[in-house]
Amino acid sequence: MKILVCISHVPDTTSKINFTDGDTKFDTNGVQFVINPNDEFGLTRAMWFKEKQGASVDVVNVGGAETEPTLRKALAIGADTATRVNTEAKDGMQVAKELAKVVQDGGYDLVIAGRESIDYNGGMVPGMLATLLDANFVNNCISLEVDGTSAKAVREIDGGKESVSTSLPLVIGGQKGLVEESDLRIPNMRGIMMARKKPLNVVEPTNASAETTSASFEKPAPKGDVKLVDADNVGELVNLLHNEAKVI
Amino acid sequence: MSVLVYTESDKGTFKKIALEAASYAKAIADKMGTTVTAVTVNADDTSVLGNYGVDKVLKVNDSNLDAFNAKSYASVMQQAAEKEGAKVVVVSSSADSKYMAPVLAVNLNAGYASNVVEAPSNTSPFTVKRNVFTNKAFANTTIDTDVKLVGLSKNAFGVVENSASATEEAFSPSLPESTVNVESVDKVTGKVTIADAEIVVSGGRGLKGPENWGMIEDLADVLGAATACSKPVSDLGWRPHSEHVGQTGKPVASNLYIAVGISGAIQHLAGINASKVKVVINTDPEAPFFKAADYGIVGDAFEVVPKLIEELKTFKAQQ
Ligand SMILES: Cc1cc2nc3c(=O)[nH]c(=O)nc-3n(C[C@H](O)[C@H](O)[C@H](O)COP(=O)(O)OP(=O)(O)OC[C@H]3O[C@@H](n4cnc5c(N)ncnc54)[C@H](O)[C@@H]3O)c2cc1C
Ligand SMILES: Nc1ncnc2c1ncn2[C@@H]1O[C@H](COP(=O)(O)O)[C@@H](O)[C@H]1O
Repeated sequence: MKILVCISHVPDTTSKINFTDGDTKFDTNGVQFVINPNDEFGLTRAMWFKEKQGASVDVVNVGGAETEPTLRKALAIGADTATRVNTEAKDGMQVAKELAKVVQDGGYDLVIAGRESIDYNGGMVPGMLATLLDANFVNNCISLEVDGTSAKAVREIDGGKESVSTSLPLVIGGQKGLVEESDLRIPNMRGIMMARKKPLNVVEPTNASAETTSASFEKPAPKGDVKLVDADNVGELVNLLHNEAKVI
Repeated sequence: MSVLVYTESDKGTFKKIALEAASYAKAIADKMGTTVTAVTVNADDTSVLGNYGVDKVLKVNDSNLDAFNAKSYASVMQQAAEKEGAKVVVVSSSADSKYMAPVLAVNLNAGYASNVVEAPSNTSPFTVKRNVFTNKAFANTTIDTDVKLVGLSKNAFGVVENSASATEEAFSPSLPESTVNVESVDKVTGKVTIADAEIVVSGGRGLKGPENWGMIEDLADVLGAATACSKPVSDLGWRPHSEHVGQTGKPVASNLYIAVGISGAIQHLAGINASKVKVVINTDPEAPFFKAADYGIVGDAFEVVPKLIEELKTFKAQQ
């Protein structure tokens, strides 16, 4: 089994979000970038496929040179090779088209992506990629088993879960559940040393075009102060929620 | 040319998000001087859709569509869009719609904007405001393709009544061969889910242990709310993983979110920022949640929550 794990390079969850250049660009100043949490679960699941079923695991990112430390981290966790498609990620469709080329060139039969990236929260790339490739697709995937070319997956749905059977080639939009938090691999010294020698291939883009443009950004209006209600006067909260907030 | 909207139903009844999506499609149609066509799948009575601005219903009834299948549903929507010559297609942010939308975007060669929170500020270029960075910011995004696909964020636009009456037309699209097959569905019944809930009551580590969740459930019961929890609570196994909300859990976009014994860490808030009104009950006045909340009580949950339940019961009895 040849597995490709798509890695999106995103601001750490605690980052303060600011914009520059007249609110047209994300301000990366002081922001620490990490592997998108949903992709971290996918990467660890891929390592299990490698260890238990002899799969090969490569990682890919569509982005500029600044994403290389994130790819190196994925190599340190245990991926065999990394590929960076050398172009700025502009929207879901453009990224999906660039990834489709990588999947076809590499002959991958399982692509593990995340349900969404926590930066632009598109939730688009895996579904678009699967459709472009005419591969099977399972989103919100919380469990995946592959046997030969058949696959069994569990998908989280609103209010529960659903078990599906499908086959390779397959693309998933994965999330926590594929593995648990406590299973996540953290790069150790040996992994970091080995990662330095592993190939990080930079490939030129096909120059697929984007279909949407995010021209400007804004932050939510600052919220007014919290209205405190005395713990001995809980009835007042009910009153406020009914008469002022009108939510009950 | 009409605006096409996918109106989801569950066991034949429309979900609230379907009525919201229809209301939203109507707002776009008004801006563009056109009509709204809704697609329903295995719904019974579609007449209610007229009340939310739908002019025409394409009614699909096919037992092969009983289980949701992203590829098949996307194909249905694609054929409907082509038949109607739709330039704008609206879907909601349910798990199913988010599964289907990227597939549909490729099928229709449509640019797709997800997590949209407002009616388009402009229809040419087609510009929408979307939630990004897990609700910490908004992007103003233009969709540059001829056909546009909009994924509407839950509870962002609201349900808007529009008295009209919808005509109904049976529609029988051809279905692609299914290669992802549902084996079993495990769904909690008789309980409000976080995705559907108007009100969510959530508990954190401040509740000390799973044995104390009775009062959280009672509070949720009086309010007709769903229950949720912070991440450590599900990690500790006090509550099921499906209740974990936040950046790495489920997003909550309810009208009211009540947080009990939750500190308000940035990753927790990221998942609930889209909720309209937030209430916090916490012993520590310095807890960061007080900065994010609209209403707060500094106090011990074990005293405040039972009182709140009593007050709410009295209030409900008077309604
Ligand atoms: C990458 C990453 C992702 C994460 N994703 C998420 C996520 O999706 N969702 C999430 O929730 N967290 C997430 N976290 C964890 C987050 O940082 C916090 O650790 C977590 O939200 C804290 O949960 P808590 O508020 O229940 O517990 P605590 O921080 O322990 O807070 C408990 C609170 O209860 C109060 N309290 C104690 N006793 C009482 C009482 N008797 N009555 C009332 N109040 C009381 C305390 O004052 C305190 O404020 C993530 C962390 C990381 C690093
Ligand atoms: N620039 C990118 N390079 C590689 N993979 C990506 C990129 N952007 C998104 N992905 C993958 O697609 C998933 C969903 O991202 P998105 O559609 O942006 O929410 C992520 O979790 C990644 O697995």
